[in-house]
Amino acid sequence: MSLDIASKVLDLVKAASPAAEAEVLVGGGELALTRFANSFIHQNVADASTAVRLRLHVDGRTAAGSATISGDSTTVDGEALGRLVERTVVAAGLAPPDPQWPGLAPAAEAPAVPPVDEATAHADPAERAARVRDFVAAAGGLETAGYCSTARVATAFANSAGMSASWVSALASIDGIARSGRNDGVARLASARLADLDGGRLGGRAAAKARALDDARELPPGRYEVVLEPTAVVDLLGNLAVWGFNGKALNEGRSFMELGAAQFDPSLSIVDDPFDPLGLGMAVDAEGTPKRRLAFVDAGVSAAVAHDRRSGAQSGAPSTGHALPGGAAFGAVPLALHLLPAEGPDASEVDGPGGRDQGGLGPMADSSVAALVSQVGRGLLVSDFWYTRVLDPRTLVMTGLTRNGVWLIEDGVIKAPVQNFRFTQSYPQALAPGAVLGIGTRSIGLPGDWEVMAYRAPALRLASWNFTGNPSG
Amino acid sequence: MTEFDAASAAVQAALDAGASYADARVMVRRAESMDARNGEIEELSQDEDAGIGVRALVGSGWGFFAVPDLSDAAARRAGARAAAIAAASATVPGPNAARVPAPAVSGSWASQCLVDPLAVPLSEKGDLLVNVTAAMKAAGADHAEGSYNIWDTRKWFVSSEGHRIDQHIRECGAGIAATVIGDGETQRRSYPSYRGQFGTRGWETVTELDLAAHAGRIAEEARALLTAPQCPAGTTTLILGSEQMALQIHESVGHAIELDRILGWEAAFAGTSWLDLAQLGSLRYGSELMNITIDPTIPGALGSFGFDDEGTPAAPRDAVRNGVWVGVLAGRDSAAVAGLDYGGSVRSDGWARLPMVRMTNVGLEPGPHTLDEMIAATDDGIYMDLNRSWSIDDRRLNFQFGCEIGWEIKNGKRGRMLRNPTYTGIGPQFWRSMDMLSSEVVAWGTPNCGKGQPGQVGHTGHPAAAARFTNVRVGVTG
Repeated sequence: MSLDIASKVLDLVKAASPAAEAEVLVGGGELALTRFANSFIHQNVADASTAVRLRLHVDGRTAAGSATISGDSTTVDGEALGRLVERTVVAAGLAPPDPQWPGLAPAAEAPAVPPVDEATAHADPAERAARVRDFVAAAGGLETAGYCSTARVATAFANSAGMSASWVSALASIDGIARSGRNDGVARLASARLADLDGGRLGGRAAAKARALDDARELPPGRYEVVLEPTAVVDLLGNLAVWGFNGKALNEGRSFMELGAAQFDPSLSIVDDPFDPLGLGMAVDAEGTPKRRLAFVDAGVSAAVAHDRRSGAQSGAPSTGHALPGGAAFGAVPLALHLLPAEGPDASEVDGPGGRDQGGLGPMADSSVAALVSQVGRGLLVSDFWYTRVLDPRTLVMTGLTRNGVWLIEDGVIKAPVQNFRFTQSYPQALAPGAVLGIGTRSIGLPGDWEVMAYRAPALRLASWNFTGNPSG
Repeated sequence: MTEFDAASAAVQAALDAGASYADARVMVRRAESMDARNGEIEELSQDEDAGIGVRALVGSGWGFFAVPDLSDAAARRAGARAAAIAAASATVPGPNAARVPAPAVSGSWASQCLVDPLAVPLSEKGDLLVNVTAAMKAAGADHAEGSYNIWDTRKWFVSSEGHRIDQHIRECGAGIAATVIGDGETQRRSYPSYRGQFGTRGWETVTELDLAAHAGRIAEEARALLTAPQCPAGTTTLILGSEQMALQIHESVGHAIELDRILGWEAAFAGTSWLDLAQLGSLRYGSELMNITIDPTIPGALGSFGFDDEGTPAAPRDAVRNGVWVGVLAGRDSAAVAGLDYGGSVRSDGWARLPMVRMTNVGLEPGPHTLDEMIAATDDGIYMDLNRSWSIDDRRLNFQFGCEIGWEIKNGKRGRMLRNPTYTGIGPQFWRSMDMLSSEVVAWGTPNCGKGQPGQVGHTGHPAAAARFTNVRVGVTG
């Protein structure tokens, strides 16, 4: 259906500007998000929309435009499409020259994406509310906050060079906290199947973490060995993706990446997997380049960076299929990163995340995390990072804070809850050869910073993390 | 069918489906942006979106639904869907959803605009960015970037209480940045601020910036930073320029006084606030010099409007007076929960997003000093300006900011340039240490304030002037 709309736009372009190189991206669907705070649903939203993005290159000049449209392929507002084409053709005629135009993606076979889970794609408000209700109930009277979301996205791409693709994907997420006084415990999970998301289990886990933070004490800043839970590791992946794996940044000397160099610990491999059956599937990128599974870090070696057609052409490399809509100025970014777990038995989640006094795992997310904690002589368990920002993209020194739980580990066991820290830390240094002391055997899907992102990560045990402040300053 | 007709149909459909209150916003937004690098255009995009968002209250549950279709049938379906979603909310119910009264207003408002930015020829706008980025490149920048953004938004608001309001808000702005690559590091200088200066004005905003006059200077300063000494680590007297002060206000005051955060409505994502409503009117937030207002009526400032997205007329309000916390950013529902009698600070990022508490123009009133007087009065300190990085905790207490550039201050004079300047602190301790404040206020615009789930981008304004703070920790490195 979306492909029909894309074809209509190409026909309009051909009529208006026969020599134009054109690409059309149509994205539509329904995003629904049920949000709760103070243990009740306070914001509950959904929108159904379709947006068309057109990029043209005519007589050496480039312009793009977009419009939201109503209707489907048979009832679509043809006038709206016509206006989009008309104004984009005019803009291309007036724009300054674009000598770096890399040309359109050639026709190629688009890969198949995993089939969409229809129950997730068409989930109704009652199903999201039920999971929220379970999360709230499992917190055992603690205040709770968070959201349950479902998204169905139908995407189509077509260009005037004959490339076309269309696919449908769906994703569901729960992200919530339980609050014990001023202490918050978190549980977060994303999956292509809403059925995988158990509000009660996640609410119980968040509550166990929050209760395990009572009487948290302040520790002095300094360097500590750490076990980062997957919810924190995802922050590393997101910032590596944006600042490090960005091919344009590497072209311009703003990325730390040196292709072929052993910049990471040999135990570390990071891949972009747009076909992960638990993730948000994608067939082609915003320029129509087919997606593929691509290793960015392969056993510690910096193996690839993400390119769109423009940054690829500038470096003499092909596009890797990571173009973003309107992303020419920023560069290409991988959206489905997976830090591969260690070999070993998949850690099973404990049934009922009871507190330490109940013989459960207490604040630890699962037994994979517990296995890493058991190896630590003295260090910290960190659940989550917050408000991380780059000080210098070249060194990827980041500052940010811990959030949703920190605990002191001594002799392999959780000793005491700790108040939050500020850190100032180079992410590549934290993952450098010899710095990764352990990787969890279970990776989980987690929502990314952007709605189109879905990352997967296990826990990490790192030799050193530079905490530069605490609640006293 | 007019936009008001569509909004009215949606509201009526929500009421027919069982809602006790409903409102609807039709919004039509045109946006244009251009990015240039090293004398060439990288991206030109013209975007349009139009649709209707409906908010409905059933019992104590709210629901919101939005579609990009302004037909009568689509508007009615959207109203009914909003009510159905509200009914689902009521299965995990909260307290009664009261709202402070807002008189049913019929009104119209438009921002001031001398030169319609969308009417300025693309070739003229493109030539400006091509030329200034080429000039920065020629002056030593490894990467010279320039960009502008224009937003032209029309909205029509109808509520079941009788509101009927239309607004036309035009915003635009531009900025340039020079980046140089050193041995394992980068340095950057921007003008006039990190991402540019923006306002609810026309293209005159950009013309007045005179980007060309600053292109060479910032490229040279960026190059000079590569060999400048590192900002020393320690505790010292800190003078912040007005651009960095705008961000300091935004992060450590603006977000902290958002009532939805104070009430815990943002606890899982944006966070809460260290402020306790029981201390409203008595808490010492900062020094006597600290006077912060919430004022969406400032002509041309980026957070200005005629009515917020609940139909409350724009009005100025004190947030901090003589250092004491006295006001919040509120909506009708959050104000009712808090026992306050005012809303007025609710906006949505387009028709497809739920209106929520957002900053308007949150800024400092002028002080009695000038920047030169502050420097002259400082024996030993550091002057920093233009934000480069920003981070603050989820209660808006513990912050760490990096600036593009710093200078030593010795014996009342500005001395050596310093690279990688950073400072860190705890909000109220920091504000209480402010002992000098400039009268040279600039209404900075921040066009990228993120909040909410699904994410929304807000446009906020921050009148700010240079200020001096004592005993500040500086020079934190990784």
